[in-house]
Amino acid sequence: MTTAAFNSRRITQRAAFTFLILAAVVTVMPVLFIIVYTIVKGGGALSWGFLSEFPSLAGKAGGILPAIVGTFYLMLGTLVFALPIGVLTGIYLTEYARDNWLTRVINLAIVNLAGVPSIVFGLFGLSVFVLAFHFGLSLLAASLTLACQALAMVITTSREALLAVPRELREGSLAIGVSKWQTVRHIVLPQSLPGIITGAVLAISRAAGETAPILVVGAAFLLPALPQSPLDQFMALPYHLYTVSAHVPNMPEETIWGVALVLLIVVLSFDVLAAAIRIKTRQRK
Amino acid sequence: MLQQNTAPTAARVPGRGLKRRLRLGERVIEGWIFLAGMLAIVVLLGIIFILLKEGLPIFAHTNPWDFLFGTRWYPLAEPPVFGITPFFVSTLWVTLISTAVAVPVGVACAAYLSEVAPPKVSETVKPVIEILAGIPSVMMGFIGLALLSPFVQSLFNLPSGLCGLTAAIMLSLMSLPIIVSVSEDALHAVPKEFKEASYALGATKWETIWHVCIPSALSGIAAAIMLGVGRAIGETMTVLMVAGNALAVPASPTDPMTTMTAAIANSIGNAVRGGVQYQAIFAIGLVLFILTLAVNIIAERVLERQKRKFAR
Amino acid sequence: MAKSVKKWFLPLALVLVVALTFVGCGGTTTTPTATPTSTSTATPTTTLSGSFKIIGSNTITPLSSIWAENFMNANNKVNIAVSGPGSGAGIAALIDGTTDVCQASRAIKQSEIDQALAKGVNPYEIRVATDALSVVVNPANPVNELTFAQLSAIYTNRITNWNEVGGNDAEIVVFSRDSNSGTFAYFLEDVIQMPGLPTEDKTLQYGGDVRMLPSTQEGITQVAGNVNAIFYSGLGYINNTVKTIAVRKTADDTAVLPSVATALNGTYPISRPLFFYTNGAPAGVIKTFIDYCLSTEGQEEVLGAGFVPLP
Repeated sequence: MTTAAFNSRRITQRAAFTFLILAAVVTVMPVLFIIVYTIVKGGGALSWGFLSEFPSLAGKAGGILPAIVGTFYLMLGTLVFALPIGVLTGIYLTEYARDNWLTRVINLAIVNLAGVPSIVFGLFGLSVFVLAFHFGLSLLAASLTLACQALAMVITTSREALLAVPRELREGSLAIGVSKWQTVRHIVLPQSLPGIITGAVLAISRAAGETAPILVVGAAFLLPALPQSPLDQFMALPYHLYTVSAHVPNMPEETIWGVALVLLIVVLSFDVLAAAIRIKTRQRK
Repeated sequence: MLQQNTAPTAARVPGRGLKRRLRLGERVIEGWIFLAGMLAIVVLLGIIFILLKEGLPIFAHTNPWDFLFGTRWYPLAEPPVFGITPFFVSTLWVTLISTAVAVPVGVACAAYLSEVAPPKVSETVKPVIEILAGIPSVMMGFIGLALLSPFVQSLFNLPSGLCGLTAAIMLSLMSLPIIVSVSEDALHAVPKEFKEASYALGATKWETIWHVCIPSALSGIAAAIMLGVGRAIGETMTVLMVAGNALAVPASPTDPMTTMTAAIANSIGNAVRGGVQYQAIFAIGLVLFILTLAVNIIAERVLERQKRKFAR
Repeated sequence: MAKSVKKWFLPLALVLVVALTFVGCGGTTTTPTATPTSTSTATPTTTLSGSFKIIGSNTITPLSSIWAENFMNANNKVNIAVSGPGSGAGIAALIDGTTDVCQASRAIKQSEIDQALAKGVNPYEIRVATDALSVVVNPANPVNELTFAQLSAIYTNRITNWNEVGGNDAEIVVFSRDSNSGTFAYFLEDVIQMPGLPTEDKTLQYGGDVRMLPSTQEGITQVAGNVNAIFYSGLGYINNTVKTIAVRKTADDTAVLPSVATALNGTYPISRPLFFYTNGAPAGVIKTFIDYCLSTEGQEEVLGAGFVPLP
């Protein structure tokens, strides 16, 4: 190998690495920019009153407490329904499913679920959960609808996380007589937990920001009280944001960005929590 | 299932009763797992059912050819005219451009994070990208409106920055996180031995990434891309806010356009439930769904072939 | 920690599934008790209580929210929930029985009335306010007035340059609301199709280059930022970043600028009614509420929200 040839390969590597770094920068920059921009434009609206009061004057005054609480309930509901089912499905696909037509159909179903537009999920939720199941315009119907939407992502990322666990670990466990389920439960799952959590957080973050589905299945613009049961209507930050920005005349711009900022903070705090869990679990390994 | 060792040298194993109970318990759990696996199909079938039930009746009013290839969409005319070519073409434009931008950037970023970046950098950057995924579509719509569209307007000298290109750029930002995240997991899972073998042969790091890591992670990367494309096709709110929503068939990405999702969202609030416009909207949903199905079937074929090449 | 997390997931999921099936069987849709009931132990008073929903047009949402807020402040045992997914969705909710009051920025259609009657619902129409639609352009645009014929031609893309209507040599950027809005249909039927005029043409539709926006606020922002834009919007959104156009039906009429006064005295040609619909004539708490909306105090709020009060 001549030095010239090696140098040209080095140069190619330099160039390629520059491109890679650039790609990372391009991916990261918008996030920082958006966060900074939102803080600058909406920071002035934040106050204790804003966070703890109910809205008045069609949202131009008062606070957004019910929207914050509603969003939290929604995220919780989506997690409760989507995570166990999603993880179980991931386990089924990686540990139990055989390579036959049924598995291919399931895989196809999952990928297609990922592509269904959010508004179609809203219509689905309306016909099935609100009307057919008689849950009415409620938190429950909305959580179920959002969970269906999140399902594809949770399954896919769980499956990738489970697949990443080395085969040897499973084989070793089976070889010493541990049953399949025990292997999954005590060996594979703990190993893949960081990846599963990542997927769940991504899915929940997305659910928190959805407007189109909740529009049709229970989100309200004005509610006199916090939802007392899963069958009540609810307010939610993304719907509130959409309505105050689009349908209330002469809404002060700072208020709109204030709502956006709160939504961002809520979403961010979930992400930070998940990252912390992931780092802790990785350390334990 | 695994055969239990009952050789005489083993200590007396627990009685048959316990073993049967354990196996039964295991069976029950496996039953639940199987049910969970079926749930994705059940939900999907439910969606298909609703789309068919509400959407098929439109073809009694407009024949499928006119519906699919008609270029005019006038729900309020007497009689109403429903042709979805403008929406179909718009969806194609926006999806193609956003994928063309997001895939190279996303996979490159994933490669950087998984192979090149020092662990500290990688640990810091990954959560930041996850944040991008969590930014709600409404907010992306604002940012697109407030910042990107004036920029696009002046850059291309357009009458207005609300066009397909603006929407495509915002969409690529929104599919980036999922592409990066899943690709990065896939690259991370490439066995160390592959890379070590490559280095042992004298390859540089970049050559290893390009010729070994990426190809062996290809099925994971393809899954990531499919999720990203799915996100782009199905995004409603952002596109609604920045793509311009004009009814004509767009000739170029800088034209204002209405994607299929925006067409649904634009009319569903006002359509008479069960009426002709309502049916037409669900029929758009059906077409959207079939489009996604077709793309995924093709992708699955490609994946099958790839899997056979790099059997893991 | 990983193990303990895993431990409670499965049982929790199972419990939830079981709980859900019971809840699902027993759950009902809404809580529409609209009859005045007295407080528990105290002697019967005239204190109103009850809860109901208002669902429908997003145009009316700011107004109905204020009405609901005022009413709840005066009668704190009453609960009103307001949502704005769209006029059509609101009417559908009335038909489905998932709402008590529907707010609509367009009149209910005959096909919807038929559907309602088939389900045993009797739509009862109450006009609550009027909306004057203004045509707006950028303040730097020299054009000040337009006729219906010109508006129609602009919105069907037959006139594409401002210099055809007395303005600069520039392409007209045409904005409209999307078809979710009752405004969209109203503008089409009452302006673009030029009803009642010799040039009336009911086959006209919006042109293919018209940009449809999901929000009126966005339209105003676009017009404020684009010298060549044109848009139509309710009075409540007009501020000094845009300029209203004086409109006349034909070249022989006087051009009139939109305002509450001109809408009330009928000289401004583009105004439309806003409605509440209920199942049958309203009774109980709902009737008291609607009476409030139609009262003098209620109608004052109409002005504040940017609409035109009832004459």
